Amino acid sequence: MNRKNKKEPRAVKNLLILLSILFLFIMLVLPLVVVLGEALKKGFQLYIGAITDEYTGKALILTAEATVAAVIVNTVFGLFAAWSITKYHFKRKRLLTVLIDIPFAISPIIAGLIFILTFGRIGWAKGILEALDMKIVFAVPGIILGTIFVTFPFISREIIPVLQAQGNDQEEAAAVMGAGAFRIFRKITFPQIKWAFLYGIVLCTARAMGEFGAVSVLSGHLRGKTVTLPLQVEILYSEFNFTAAFAVSSILVVLAVIILIIRNVIEHQMKKAGGKV
Amino acid sequence: MRRSRKKQVIPGFGISMGVTLTLLSLIVLIPMASLVINASSMGFSTFWETVTDKRVLAGYYVSLLCALTAAVVNAVFGVILAWVLVRYDFPFKRFLDGLIELPFALPTAVAGIALTNLYSDKGMLGHFLGQLGIKVAYTRIGIIIAMVFIGIPFVVRTIQPVLEDMDSQYEEAADVLGAGRARIFFRIIFPEIRPALLTGFGLALARALGEYGSVVFIAGNMPFKTEIAPLLIMGKLEQFDYHGANAIALVMLAFAFLILFAINSLQIYYNKFTKQ
Repeated sequence: MNRKNKKEPRAVKNLLILLSILFLFIMLVLPLVVVLGEALKKGFQLYIGAITDEYTGKALILTAEATVAAVIVNTVFGLFAAWSITKYHFKRKRLLTVLIDIPFAISPIIAGLIFILTFGRIGWAKGILEALDMKIVFAVPGIILGTIFVTFPFISREIIPVLQAQGNDQEEAAAVMGAGAFRIFRKITFPQIKWAFLYGIVLCTARAMGEFGAVSVLSGHLRGKTVTLPLQVEILYSEFNFTAAFAVSSILVVLAVIILIIRNVIEHQMKKAGGKV
Repeated sequence: MRRSRKKQVIPGFGISMGVTLTLLSLIVLIPMASLVINASSMGFSTFWETVTDKRVLAGYYVSLLCALTAAVVNAVFGVILAWVLVRYDFPFKRFLDGLIELPFALPTAVAGIALTNLYSDKGMLGHFLGQLGIKVAYTRIGIIIAMVFIGIPFVVRTIQPVLEDMDSQYEEAADVLGAGRARIFFRIIFPEIRPALLTGFGLALARALGEYGSVVFIAGNMPFKTEIAPLLIMGKLEQFDYHGANAIALVMLAFAFLILFAINSLQIYYNKFTKQ
C-alpha cells in the first residue's frame, strides 16, 4: 500500500469515509440501538419478566433444537457434497452445484410452501405420513425441515472454494500409496478446510436461529409448541406487546453479535492460514 | 458416470455421491417437485386466473420495483463501502468492517420490527423525516429500506476481495501517463470490479425479491400499494388456497431464474467484450 501521488483529493476521501460511516450507522447500528432501547424502555423488571416468560423459554429451546438439527444435517451434506464435487470427475457437475444452491435463491416463503404441498392437507405424501402416524406441517418436524432447507447449501458453499484452490495432488498421492478415503479426508483434506468448515457452521447457525419466513409458513403458531424465538417476536408484536417483543428480540441481538464476533475471529484465522500456504 | 468412475484416483466415489444425492433429493429436489406435481392438477385456466389477478399483478410490481431500487442503492453504496474499507484507513475501520455481516446474523423479524420502530411517526428517524414531509414506515420507501438492509452485505463482500487483489500496475501506469483519478476509476478500476458488482447486485436483488421477515412489518401490507409477492403467497396459504399459493410461487421462481439468467448472460457478454 505504498501509493504516493495516486490518491484522491483529501476532500473526496473524507467525504467517502463520512458517507460510509453514516450509512453503516443509520442502516446497521441504529436498529440495534432501537431494539435494546425499546426492550429496556419500561424498566428492567419488565424486561426480565419478558425474557424469563415460560413461552419465551420454550421458544428458545425449539430454536436451539432446529438450529442443532440444521447444523448436523448440513455438516454431513456439506462435507460429502464438497468432497464429491472437488475430488472426483463426473458429468453434470455444474448442474449439481446449481441444484445445491436452489435454497439460496428462492424465497423462504416458497421454501415453507413446498413442504406444505408435499406433506400438508393436499400433499401427495400425506398418506405415507398418516400410515406412519407422523405430523410434519404445523408441527415441530416441519419447523426443523424448513430450517434445514433454507440453510442447506451454507456449509458446502464455504468448503468448495477452499478445496478447489488447494487442488488434489496430495490426496491423489495418498490414494496411489494406498490410503483409504476416510484416512485421506482425516489426514489431508480436513486440516485444509477446518476454518472454512467452522465458518460455514457459524453462518448456518446464524441463519437457522433467525429463520422466519419458512418457519412461519410451517409452524401454525401453536404457542409453547411450534413457536421459535423469531415467531415469538412476531406474536408479541402483533399483540401490541412491543416491550416484550423487543425484549425477546434483544436475546437474538446478543446471539447475533456473538456470532459476528466469532465470524470475525474465524475470518482472521483463515487469512492467517491462507498467508502461510 | 460409470465410464468416469474407472478414472477416479481417490477412493470413495460411490458413497460420497450416494450420500450427497440422497440428502439433496430428500430435502431439496423431492419437495421442490411438489410445486410441479400440485400445479399439474390445477389446470391452466385456474393458474392463469390466479397469476393475472389485479391484486397479484400489483404484488409482483411492488416486489420487483422495490427490489430493483434497493439493489441499485446497494450497488452504489456497496462499491463506496468496499472501496473505503479496502483503500482507506480511519478510526473504527475494523469495527465497521466486522459490522457489514450484521444483516446475515440478525434474524429478519428482529430487523423488521426494529426498522419499523425507527421509521414510524414516533421513531427516532421517522419523527425527523416526518417533519420534512417524508413518510417511510408503511410505504414503499419502507420496503426499500428493509431490502437495502438485508442486501448490503452481498455487494460489499463480493467486491471487497477483488479490490484487495487488484494489481496496481495499470493504475500506476495510467497515473504516470497523466490520467485523473476519476478517469482511472471509471476506465481501469471499474471494469475490474464489474463482474463482482454484477454478481453482488444479482444476489442482493434475488434476496430482496424473496425477502419476507424484515419487510412485512414495515410494509403495512396494503393491497395494491405495499403488498409484496411473498405476502400474497402467505395470504393464500392462510385461506387454505394451496393452488393459488402454488401458482404465485411458480411465477416468482420464474422471476428469480430470469434474474440469474440475465446476470449470467451479462457476465458472458462482458467477458467476450473485454477479450476482444
